[in-house]
Amino acid sequence: MSFWEWVKIAFKSIGANKLRSALTTLGIIIGVSAVIALVSVGQGASQEISARFESMGSHLIMIRPVRSAGGDLFIEDAYELEERIPSIEFAVPTVNFSATIKYQNKSYDTSVEGVNSGFPEVRNHNPVSGRFLIPQEIELRSRVVVLGQTVVKEIFGSQDPLEETVYIRGQPFVVVGVMEAKGTTMGVDSDDIAYIPVTTAQRLSGTSSVNTIYVKAKSAADAKIAVSHITLLYSKKFPREDAVRITSQDELLTAIGETTQTFTILLGAIAGISLLVGGIGIMNIMLVSVTERTREIGIRKAIGAKRRDIMGQFLIESILLCVAGGFIGILLGVTASRFISRVAGWTTAISPGAVILAFAFAAAIGLFFGAYPARKAAALDPIEALRYE
Amino acid sequence: MIRLEDVQKIYRPGREISVPALRGITLEVTGGEFVAIMGASGSGKSTLMHIIGCLDRPSGGRYFLDNEEISKKGDNDLAEFRNKYIGFVFQSFNLLPRLNALENVELPMVYRGVRLPERRKRAEEALELVGLSDRLRHRPAELSGGEQQRVAIARALVGEPSLLLADEPTGNLDSTSSAEVIEIFCKLNQRGITVVFVTHEEEIAAFTRRIIRLRDGLVIEDRENRPPRGYAVNAGEVSCS
Repeated sequence: MSFWEWVKIAFKSIGANKLRSALTTLGIIIGVSAVIALVSVGQGASQEISARFESMGSHLIMIRPVRSAGGDLFIEDAYELEERIPSIEFAVPTVNFSATIKYQNKSYDTSVEGVNSGFPEVRNHNPVSGRFLIPQEIELRSRVVVLGQTVVKEIFGSQDPLEETVYIRGQPFVVVGVMEAKGTTMGVDSDDIAYIPVTTAQRLSGTSSVNTIYVKAKSAADAKIAVSHITLLYSKKFPREDAVRITSQDELLTAIGETTQTFTILLGAIAGISLLVGGIGIMNIMLVSVTERTREIGIRKAIGAKRRDIMGQFLIESILLCVAGGFIGILLGVTASRFISRVAGWTTAISPGAVILAFAFAAAIGLFFGAYPARKAAALDPIEALRYE
Repeated sequence: MIRLEDVQKIYRPGREISVPALRGITLEVTGGEFVAIMGASGSGKSTLMHIIGCLDRPSGGRYFLDNEEISKKGDNDLAEFRNKYIGFVFQSFNLLPRLNALENVELPMVYRGVRLPERRKRAEEALELVGLSDRLRHRPAELSGGEQQRVAIARALVGEPSLLLADEPTGNLDSTSSAEVIEIFCKLNQRGITVVFVTHEEEIAAFTRRIIRLRDGLVIEDRENRPPRGYAVNAGEVSCS
């Protein structure tokens, strides 16, 4: 007896119980679509976070002195790093404080960051109009400012801010540029900021040290080398090991990647459980079906059906139910994922891997949970089966 | 054709309980015979039928079908024997309710691996033989009892078996339908098919050429019979000569 005969028989018996088949398949449909939709949410989150981190600047290393541990860094330290460590491309000393920016009768509270001209390269953030700070302005402690989009919107509205004068802590600053919009990362508005020369910032806040030195390595491999160089350098300079905190963006990215992956697996597993429950539903209904069709099995056996013919008939029936459920589940899962991304505004990413996995899992469930009922059917004694009412 | 040597069947529904259904049956049926097996209920005639039909194995003794020892075969081999050599007709017809007459008749050939055009043709021929050419697409529920049994006979003979077995084939039929069924059996026997059936109706058994009587799992009578010509089964007319 050929495979196609089994398929035909299976189709017939599915068709004979349409409502029941549909309800049974629903378990698989929900399971598969849940796996696809939830994994797409997890993967979307992971991609979004990675993308945001990369937009902060690639191969970025942050060095923060810890005052309580005797750490203190100055502008010169940044230039020393640039000169002495070849794997470092740029080092940007920064000083930040919060301040109120005033323009005519408007004022706005924002954070002011004193940086140097290497900042756009290091943080991957460029002006959209005007220009960024130039080296002379750093040297001359010029009172110039480059504003973030949020600050521009709050103070100037639709007016062109270039060449206008704003007041920061009572000092007049000329706006020379506006930064491109970066959006919000994990609840922090990256555009709510004003950049001024680091030297000017030091004078304004009355300090000679810096808060952070941002370092850009030449490549990912160089970032690792740079981290060990910097560590070595500062271990000589400061008596305490924790005097400076060195964080590498790449390491952070890896750690976050692991976290989001765990999150994705967890979501997938929860959805997988519902798929499993769907599978149990399939088994349940197949067992009912075998009992119900005992007489039919007896008749088929009496006229020459072998064990494997009966086994094949029931197994293919359950696989067909699951595969159909898997297929509809994929369509539904993709739709749900799109819906989530539109309504909740989350980034979702449908991975072909998850789709294939969910589908294969559904088929495997059909095989696994269909096997027992099919064996039971195949093992029926024809005489007993024929007597069954 | 069929040879049973001291065939026994003992059922063991529970521990320490054994119910002997057949207590040593020895008989031989040669090709082309027309045999009725008779006996009261509980005499073991159905059990004997199941063993002859390869649905069950004897618990003692030996059974040969076409010189093959069936008592030693596995389940799959039995299925193959049933499919190739035996056509079954049951008291309760045992048609699949979801399939139409044609599909029901095709079923044995499906399990034999015959392709669709071929098996459709043969199923149509078999249904024509039992006079149901105009009922091909009807489902069992749309047919009368007699018609259903004729479909079952068509299913039994479509695989060209050498042995046609029937278990009380007229048990659920009115007299007219019974007569039709018997007539078909007669015709088939005349074509050379060995027909063995179980019945408890003397009038039905009277059409066969040999009557075997069982009681308590033993053969108590085995005699030749001369079928009458134009005999009437109750009200139905049977012409078989």
